Amino acid sequence: MSEVSTHAAHHAPPQGFIRKNVFSLDHKVIGKQYYGLGLLAVIIGMVLSWLMRIHLVWPNAAIPLLGKLSPNGAPGGIITPEYYLQLMTMHGTLMVFFVLTNVPFAGFGNYFLPIQIGAEDMAFPRFNMMSFWVTFVGFCVLVTAFFVGDGPPLSGWTAYAPLSALPGAGPGQVTGQTLWAISIAIFCVGQLLGSLNFITTTLDLRARGMTLMRMPICTWAWFITSCIGLLAFAVLLPACILLILDRVAGTSFFVPSNLVVSDQLITQHSGGSPLLWQHLFWFFGHPEVYIAILPAAGIISHILINSYRRPLLSHKVVIYCMMAIGFLSYMVWGHHMFLSGMNPFSALVFSFPTLVITIPATILTLIWIGSLYGSNLQITSASLFALGFISMFVTGGISGFFLAQPSIDVYLHGTYFVVGHFHMVMGVAAIFGMFAGTYFWAPKMFGRMMNETLGKIHFWGTFVGTYCIFMPFHYLGLVGNVRRYSAFVDDYLAPLMPVHTFITYAALFTGAVQLIFIYNLIYSRFRGQLAPDNPWNATSLEWSIPSPPPWNNFGGKHPVVYHDPYQYGIEGSSGDFVMQDSPEQIQTVRDDKKLP
Amino acid sequence: MATTLQPPPIAKLPLGIRRVKQFDSEAPSTGVWVGLAAITMTFAAFTSAMVVRQGSASDWRHFPFPTILYFNTLALIASSITLQIARHRFARVDRAATATYPAVSALYGTLVLGLAFVAGQYMAWHQLRSEGVYLSSAPSSSFFYVFTVLHALHVIGGLLGILYVISKLHRGVLRRNTLDAASRYWHFMAVLWLYLLLLLWMRI
Repeated sequence: MSEVSTHAAHHAPPQGFIRKNVFSLDHKVIGKQYYGLGLLAVIIGMVLSWLMRIHLVWPNAAIPLLGKLSPNGAPGGIITPEYYLQLMTMHGTLMVFFVLTNVPFAGFGNYFLPIQIGAEDMAFPRFNMMSFWVTFVGFCVLVTAFFVGDGPPLSGWTAYAPLSALPGAGPGQVTGQTLWAISIAIFCVGQLLGSLNFITTTLDLRARGMTLMRMPICTWAWFITSCIGLLAFAVLLPACILLILDRVAGTSFFVPSNLVVSDQLITQHSGGSPLLWQHLFWFFGHPEVYIAILPAAGIISHILINSYRRPLLSHKVVIYCMMAIGFLSYMVWGHHMFLSGMNPFSALVFSFPTLVITIPATILTLIWIGSLYGSNLQITSASLFALGFISMFVTGGISGFFLAQPSIDVYLHGTYFVVGHFHMVMGVAAIFGMFAGTYFWAPKMFGRMMNETLGKIHFWGTFVGTYCIFMPFHYLGLVGNVRRYSAFVDDYLAPLMPVHTFITYAALFTGAVQLIFIYNLIYSRFRGQLAPDNPWNATSLEWSIPSPPPWNNFGGKHPVVYHDPYQYGIEGSSGDFVMQDSPEQIQTVRDDKKLP
Repeated sequence: MATTLQPPPIAKLPLGIRRVKQFDSEAPSTGVWVGLAAITMTFAAFTSAMVVRQGSASDWRHFPFPTILYFNTLALIASSITLQIARHRFARVDRAATATYPAVSALYGTLVLGLAFVAGQYMAWHQLRSEGVYLSSAPSSSFFYVFTVLHALHVIGGLLGILYVISKLHRGVLRRNTLDAASRYWHFMAVLWLYLLLLLWMRI
């Protein structure tokens, strides 16, 4: 049931190819653009990880075409140790910023947040368009680093100063690092514009009857994430500005006195604080972990409820836990810096809230798993990836318990244990959320169903493959295998090479499995079975409109919301679910607990 | 359970949402608050960076402020006052373009005073340059330039906002909350400048 709009439309219907598909004000097109950019970035990032894994196992292998891309970094196609670090830096930067932030948050959030709250578009469509194109420019600036003089930077995605602040500090540190800093500064501006839009839209454009607690969990996740992003990117932006000034304007924010680099005493800088960069970076960096994982957690909650055909044990507790995680994310940045030389007592102070953050995370996990009891689980590609998310989140999260303790972190920090930890809990888990969201929402976004059989093959291949890659990392870390080294030949770590070889094969296999996904996505987009409006018998507002939705979402009408978001398994109802905008009167309102 | 075609009684709708909120355009107001939160966070980050950097080495150098900064401060405060006058006049008059002259004249006052502030800041930088105080001379001067330039850029953004408001007023389509949102941003720039002036005065 909906009301016919008597108001002017939010913006006029788009005319022409450019306005419809390129510089579009439509949040749905912008969401798809973010998704497409993320897809491009993840393919590049994955190829980079292959190159690194191949080099680790076969350090003298000549990789075709790589020599042409970087004659200095990979002469004859053989990767130098410096180029290995450059590949690592670009892999991390692309994946964290342009994949994990872009797709679950900006991509799906842009597409579905306005629809799920019953709005016609975002609050500021022009800012929204700008946010994508600014992000795109940031991406182009970053990728340009591959093609300049000495290649991309080698200081890692965290760009620790003074390595990142001095142009002479290594290959890629001249132009590449400057491009990196400019790219990330531009990216921050894009994310700030996006967060501003998300927050304002959620607060101001909700349909009649859509109270905050009636918003779906993924809407909540995007809203909380945008609050986190607003404050986190507002700190990374100043950090990048100061870094750029150190690099190009001769200031000394991060470069200390009496520094010798490549046998040269640095005289033009003095007195700076490398720790200052780490504080500013990680004040952003830790919330960034939740910017990646919370939207994925919201998406999989939304999907699991639909697959369980029942609400989660508590809608409110899930939301409060997400809020708690968001709040605590600002109090734990120092746990990335236990070995940085800061006061050891600070380490203790940061360790405590880090352990506290496991409480809401554990409650979330228990609710996801506990709600399975007595449910009528429907196995689909989306629900498999959602369950896979829980598996990755738990596996990666448990290793976090160890790393949160400074005394253990001292040993593990520089090893593959950390690499395994963050790839599982942040990287793979968030990517599983993206896959789950894709299989679940593709019918709505493209109007065609994806192939379920291929989806399930993709899931099992990815699930087994990622475990084969990242579980051995933990073992390697425990036995002392250092990270960031480009090769382990003739080294005390040589006995571990079979494990590395296994990981490399697993990485190549898992990457190959992704071709199934890409084929499925492209084939279904054009040849898939036509999707009905509500193929999953779901309850939230996005399923009340055509697939794909018209440009103004609800066809000029304003939906009215009568129910909580997840009214599944309603006794006495005409079906096993009641949509949010259905005027059907039902006796049981589960989350209110007011009715007997 | 019977399915009805009529909406259930209004009591079923949650309290507090009495009307359709869409397109009633509360968004500019909320958006400005959210934007100001981000700007506050940015300058807070710079402030903490300044405190840390000052304590990290003994190369902090004090230098006298250009006097013109105080005149600039007066110009910015005066521009906020004229903006308040514009708001006051706008509230009283009819929104038809013919009756907007008193409000628009006050807005032009804000525009001119805002431009004077930016020009005055440029003169302050010019004076410091002539005294040999450059961006990279000392950490204190680095932070001075970073703070003042970024604030000036935000003020220029505000001036564009004021121009937008003036053009809407001329066309007779200015809404009250658009003017309120622009004013809130502008007043915030004045308050932010007072904070920065105090901070820089104490530290430099």
